[in-house]
Amino acid sequence: MGVADRWKHLHKALSKSGPFSDPDWIPGEETIKSLEESKILVIGAGGLGCEILKNLALSGFKDIHVIDMDTIDISNLNRQFLFRQSDIGKPKAEVAAAFVEKRVKGVKITPFVGKIQDKDEDYYMQFKIIVCGLDSIEARRWINSTLVGMVDMDNPESLKPLIDGGTEGFKGQARVILPSLTSCIECQLDMHAPRPAVPLCTIATIPRQPQHCIEWAHQIAWQDKRKDDAFDSDDMEHIGWVYNAALERAKEFNISGVTFQMAQGVVKNIIPAIASTNAVIAAATTSEALKIATSCNPFLENYMMYAGEEGVYTYTFEAEKKPDCPVCGSLARKITVNADATLGEFIETLGERPEAQLKKPSLRTEEKTLYQRFPPQLEEQTRDNLKLKLRDLIVTGQEVAVSDPAYTIDFRFQLIFG
Amino acid sequence: MLHSRDLSRIINDAQWSLEILTVINLVNTKHSLLSASSLLSLVFLLLDSAYRLDMTSEFPQSLVGPSSKERKYDRQLRLWAASGQQALENSRVLLVNSDGPWGGGNTGVFGVVGVETLKNLVLPGIGGFTIVDPAVVTEPDLGVNFFLEDESLGKSRAEETCRLLKELNPDVEGAFYSKHIAEILQEDTEFLSQHKLILVSGPVNRSMLQSLCRAAKSLGIPVIYTRSAGFYSVFSLQLPTVFPIVETHPDPESTQDLRLLDPWPELAEAGASISNLDNLDDHQHGHVPYVLLLLHYLEKWKEAHDGNAPSNYKEKSEFRELVRSNARTNNPQGGEENYDEAVAAVLKSLNPFSLRSSTREIFDLEECKKLTADSAEFWVIASAVREFYEQHRVLPLPGSLPDMKAQSADYVSLQNLYKSKARKDVAEVAKTIRRIESELGRSTEISVRDIEIFCKNASHIQVIRGRDIPLVAGDTQTQKPIRTELGDDESHIPIFLAFEILDAVVTGIQEGKYSEGSLGDDSVWSSELDRILGDIASDVSNPTDNDARERVLEATRELRRTEGGELHNISSLTGGLVAQESLKVITRQYVPLDNTCIFNGIRSSSTMYKL
Repeated sequence: MGVADRWKHLHKALSKSGPFSDPDWIPGEETIKSLEESKILVIGAGGLGCEILKNLALSGFKDIHVIDMDTIDISNLNRQFLFRQSDIGKPKAEVAAAFVEKRVKGVKITPFVGKIQDKDEDYYMQFKIIVCGLDSIEARRWINSTLVGMVDMDNPESLKPLIDGGTEGFKGQARVILPSLTSCIECQLDMHAPRPAVPLCTIATIPRQPQHCIEWAHQIAWQDKRKDDAFDSDDMEHIGWVYNAALERAKEFNISGVTFQMAQGVVKNIIPAIASTNAVIAAATTSEALKIATSCNPFLENYMMYAGEEGVYTYTFEAEKKPDCPVCGSLARKITVNADATLGEFIETLGERPEAQLKKPSLRTEEKTLYQRFPPQLEEQTRDNLKLKLRDLIVTGQEVAVSDPAYTIDFRFQLIFG
Repeated sequence: MLHSRDLSRIINDAQWSLEILTVINLVNTKHSLLSASSLLSLVFLLLDSAYRLDMTSEFPQSLVGPSSKERKYDRQLRLWAASGQQALENSRVLLVNSDGPWGGGNTGVFGVVGVETLKNLVLPGIGGFTIVDPAVVTEPDLGVNFFLEDESLGKSRAEETCRLLKELNPDVEGAFYSKHIAEILQEDTEFLSQHKLILVSGPVNRSMLQSLCRAAKSLGIPVIYTRSAGFYSVFSLQLPTVFPIVETHPDPESTQDLRLLDPWPELAEAGASISNLDNLDDHQHGHVPYVLLLLHYLEKWKEAHDGNAPSNYKEKSEFRELVRSNARTNNPQGGEENYDEAVAAVLKSLNPFSLRSSTREIFDLEECKKLTADSAEFWVIASAVREFYEQHRVLPLPGSLPDMKAQSADYVSLQNLYKSKARKDVAEVAKTIRRIESELGRSTEISVRDIEIFCKNASHIQVIRGRDIPLVAGDTQTQKPIRTELGDDESHIPIFLAFEILDAVVTGIQEGKYSEGSLGDDSVWSSELDRILGDIASDVSNPTDNDARERVLEATRELRRTEGGELHNISSLTGGLVAQESLKVITRQYVPLDNTCIFNGIRSSSTMYKL
């Protein structure tokens, strides 16, 4: 037995047609060669990313790149299996790449420690497939709109399949996106609605839940007492301070249930995460990567949902492309607004509306700028508009272009007075 | 100085008494003996911490940060809490990762599902694991198994995978045996009973599997049998005959129980206390908790409807309008948030209490009706809760109150009403339990904490009736659903049958019935296919139709593409699913599979079957 035997199982699946593979598909050497030459990018080297890197290396990919800006924390060790206690503080992308390269001989993994926004279209253009294992919706939206923007209909190579995975506790999802051809992450944004924020007046004056006391300590007490220290949610002393302040406030209002763990969860917006769910979702994405790279079997069209709290439940369906998607559609998205709300109030709601989720929007109509955050001179000029009612600024049905520093594109909304 | 007056006042205080109780319980379980004096000092300790902190401008620094273990496991403790973690750490898992070669130079099962499952159990901190695997590491192992390295070639696979898995978590203990499971069981009759769960990687010799499963069943140890080949995988879970779960973690929305149609006296009183709604100023009016608003308007409605509450959709819609019309709209928002909440809650909250059929079935089980001195604690508590239900026609109140627009003090006092009613119900159930315990002559008391947890979860408890690892031949309970499913061209059952055929071929080779090269022999596959379809069709007059046979044949063709070999992605995914089920079985939280899951990596979909 020689090294050729190492890939025996995989190569058999790539050298023989199956009952469900495309009748025009040609199995064999060429397919294996093209898999080995496929340059693939992994975004995220965390819970999903570690699994994805392992799976791709054991799926015959030889040229893998990985981006992650984070360093290793102790709370990663319950699932990010490429990291050890002694790696705490080191960059995830580098440690993960080195580990998999050492374990699986013949694979090359190139790490980049930084943000996806640091890279331009030329960088993304070199890959055949992009696999995402992220916990941030914002980063997903950024790469999605970047890849949609890169599509040049005259150049089939410009279309980069995006495979995205995400998990929360016992639940997760895997989806395949062919930018501009199929439903994209922005089309599906309302399936991932943010948790509604607690109104500031509740936090400031009438707390009822332990979480309200923690928010008060985090948002108000910190500003009041320690405004010179930049709050760092990874600093245990800072969390401890918030915890104690929250505890004190809770006593004042006879609210029970503030714990250190809860304080940390609230201020860091912690999502529960376990190895097993990550394993399921990561392998679902890499299985699709193998199928897309080799055509050995049909790939997922286009969304698989998994829920493991009660038995093993999956739901596989085709999410639809939306004509009014701000990224891949051609129409402005209709949203209903209160004509008597001020522009400032409307801007507040853009952060929470499931179909928008824009935190720092600037707005303009075709004729005029309604509100512009940057540069400061423009902000000053448009600031007074924030107090005006929408009905005094626009007419119903008017289109408004919204930009946000987190994204490279404009979001088009048609505002309907409701 | 603390006076006894303060002590009793504080102990009477709703929140404190619960906390003190919890601490005392905790201490009680940790140290079997707790003297009255140390109990008292504990109470003083709590009082002290309550009163030491006055409202100064600086916040006191307490030293209650998490331990490094809590930090490492933080993301999972948020799912199964310290109790689940404790159960995990007290458990040892056995992995039987192969059964020796299949013949013809085929080294047999590669066991990636098994190893990946262990990875997902070692990381969250399972107590220990044992790998039984007589195989030696070969080149193809290195192409599918991440927990082997070049240096592992030619060495014991059990030893090498054990070594590399242990690196993942220094808290976990690992052991290995490089021999056949049958041999170990002969040498050490206590071997199986050291484990809380057994994982078996197939295909294995069926008679070995059956005897292992029988032994596990008699010891009450759950078994998971897994198979993965090409783009397909399947696994089945054999639970003990009776597997009760208290903490099923249902959606919090579905457990909400406000008792608005049947308020206990204190709650009714609270509802009556806002009869002067019209006299409230706008601020107060906009902050009356919606629960009280609904109680208030229900009374008004009843006055106008012969004392009856709204009972059908039409009446509830009318009632909703009644509530809506009373909101004050002379404000910039054009309404009131608490009224909006009340309106939104009408349809889901104004339903008379009804016992879920699954809970009723549990109450009707023999185990619940006929308690013995040896009955599991679950049944003793279930029986006491059933008595509670029979007397009150409701379950003990869970006691939680959703957040709602309200002034802090109003909300907290309403919340205390729910909490203290819940505590009263727990006390009543506990009293019944103590009576039962003495009637039965049970030696150990069930802890108050366990009674509390049960009462809180009473509406969603579950009991799974464990079934054996399915065997097509001879088991009509397995054959029936398969027969039905074969008529559906979208069903995943052909994949299950393809694996059963693979098992039969492998068993045939291992037992000398088939020659060593039979895995590649169409005629062997075809005859096993017909035999299994014959088994399924045996008790009906018409044999399985051609379309169904074709679908099973198709599944075997896909399976044979890799000659039974595993693809890492599919095995890793399956290892994730199997670990998930293992965690649920070990922690007795959430609801495990009952009993077979089939994954189709071509369509990226799965189905559960009760086979």
